[in-house]
Amino acid sequence: MAADRLKVGPIMCHAHGLCAELLPEMVRLDEWGYPILADGPVPPVLRSDARAAVAACPTLALRLRSD
Amino acid sequence: MTALDAARLPPTDHPRLLAGWAETGAITRYSGHRRRYGPLPGLDGPRLIELVSRSGLRGRGGAGFPTARKLRAVADGRGRRIVVANGCEGDPASAKDGVLLELAPHLVLDGIQLAARAVGANEAILAVHTGSRLLRTLAAALRDRGTGEVPVELAEVPRRYVASEESALVNHLTSGDARPTVTPPRPARRGVRGRPTLVDNVETLAHIALIARHGDGWFREAGTRDSPGTTLVTVGGAVALPGVYEIDLGMPVAAVLALAGGPVEPLQAVQIGGLGGSWLPLPYADGMPFTHEDARAVEAGLGVAALVALPVRACGIAETARVLRYLADESAGQCGPCMFGLPAVADDMAVLADGADRSGVVVRRLQERLGVIPGRGACAHPDGAVRLAAGALRVFAADVARHARGDSCTWTGAPPWLPTA
Ligand SMILES: Cc1cc2nc3c(=O)[nH]c(=O)nc-3n(C[C@H](O)[C@H](O)[C@H](O)COP(=O)(O)O)c2cc1C
Ligand code: SF4
Ligand code: SF4
Repeated sequence: MAADRLKVGPIMCHAHGLCAELLPEMVRLDEWGYPILADGPVPPVLRSDARAAVAACPTLALRLRSD
Repeated sequence: MTALDAARLPPTDHPRLLAGWAETGAITRYSGHRRRYGPLPGLDGPRLIELVSRSGLRGRGGAGFPTARKLRAVADGRGRRIVVANGCEGDPASAKDGVLLELAPHLVLDGIQLAARAVGANEAILAVHTGSRLLRTLAAALRDRGTGEVPVELAEVPRRYVASEESALVNHLTSGDARPTVTPPRPARRGVRGRPTLVDNVETLAHIALIARHGDGWFREAGTRDSPGTTLVTVGGAVALPGVYEIDLGMPVAAVLALAGGPVEPLQAVQIGGLGGSWLPLPYADGMPFTHEDARAVEAGLGVAALVALPVRACGIAETARVLRYLADESAGQCGPCMFGLPAVADDMAVLADGADRSGVVVRRLQERLGVIPGRGACAHPDGAVRLAAGALRVFAADVARHARGDSCTWTGAPPWLPTA
């Protein structure tokens, strides 16, 4: 399976912060509440959490991209 | 600075784009243009791209991206293709595109025709600011040209800094909304009205017009291996003759300032690249060749090829704070790190300028903020502002420390040197 990477669409993201809640290992929030994503592919152990975070994002700003 | 201000200046050093102007002192009409350069060469698209590739031409709109790579990407696109010539020149520190369009419009229009041939486009758009005086010049220049060319439409773009960023330009030309969009897809794949679109700066296109006629070897007779050719440069600040000059890339910065009459008083630093550029310390800048590679080596960039000479009796921190406020106000307000980050960074820099950071808390907070903002907007606008702020902290480090000690700064309230309008 191709390595998935997290991406956030900067215009769609409205700083709801759910992603940091559900995937703290890979997402921290800046002082304004916007996500800062860890570099690199999502490790296998975090894949299901990553998918949950993507599904929970209310604005569909968070995506998993395989490359 | 208008083209007419620049028109009072002495001839440039090794003019190519401005050769007609340098020799005749007159705006080049189509008849004179044809006499000087002859007709458009009959190269086909692939040959043109090959020539531009060998010339090593890099974009003159700010990022310095290899032009042939973009031509190829658009040529490989599906469906009908479009060429957009970016003549908006949104950066207040730059006047070179306006000068070029005023003095040698037919080189740009030739470049548009050749670029259209290279990518297989059957329409083109030349974009300038709303209400620009260039609209009349360009409409007249277009009327003077023969038939049988790809039609070129003049488009007006709002006078906002970010509106001429390429995705914003494409968005504006498609929907009337001059705000950037998330890329990918890049314009080369999905641009104006969904079509593969070449967005090139007007100066880039003018160089294509010369490369097509004289060849890549000729183009490389000026400049360096990685920064070949000549470039237009806007020189401002404390020099005798501020204006637009054409230089060989690789010319030392001190020689560029000398071309503009030289400093009129002792200098402390040189701002490079336009407002989203950076700062160069002196005397280092004096000897630095004006190239992409040398600018990158000191975490700066040529950007829009502007230089502003900052005199000793000025405050680099206060200048930077003022420009950061302008850039924050010009944010399109779509992406959090830009719409909240830039005002925060501008506030921090203003605190440093006022000497109100006795504990050093603000400078540390500013460093942290500069570390997290870049790369997180839809467009590169915040990255430019951060580069300028980071450059200021490096180049004016001694001033930051002095302000923090509360030593009075004589120049904080001095009149501005960097233009913001
Ligand atoms: C905030 C911002 C503003 C820009 N404004 C301009 C502009 O006024 N004119 C321009 O040619 N390029 C501008 N650019 C660069 C364009 O996005 C694009 O890279 C350029 O037009 C491509 O042309 P080139 O490859 O010939 O350099 C801007 C970029 C940013 C991030
Ligand atoms: S959950 Fe979605 S909207 Fe909220 S911060 Fe994360 S990416 Fe942004
Ligand atoms: S990064 Fe800033 S200027 Fe660029 S689209 Fe986002 S909010 Fe607008």
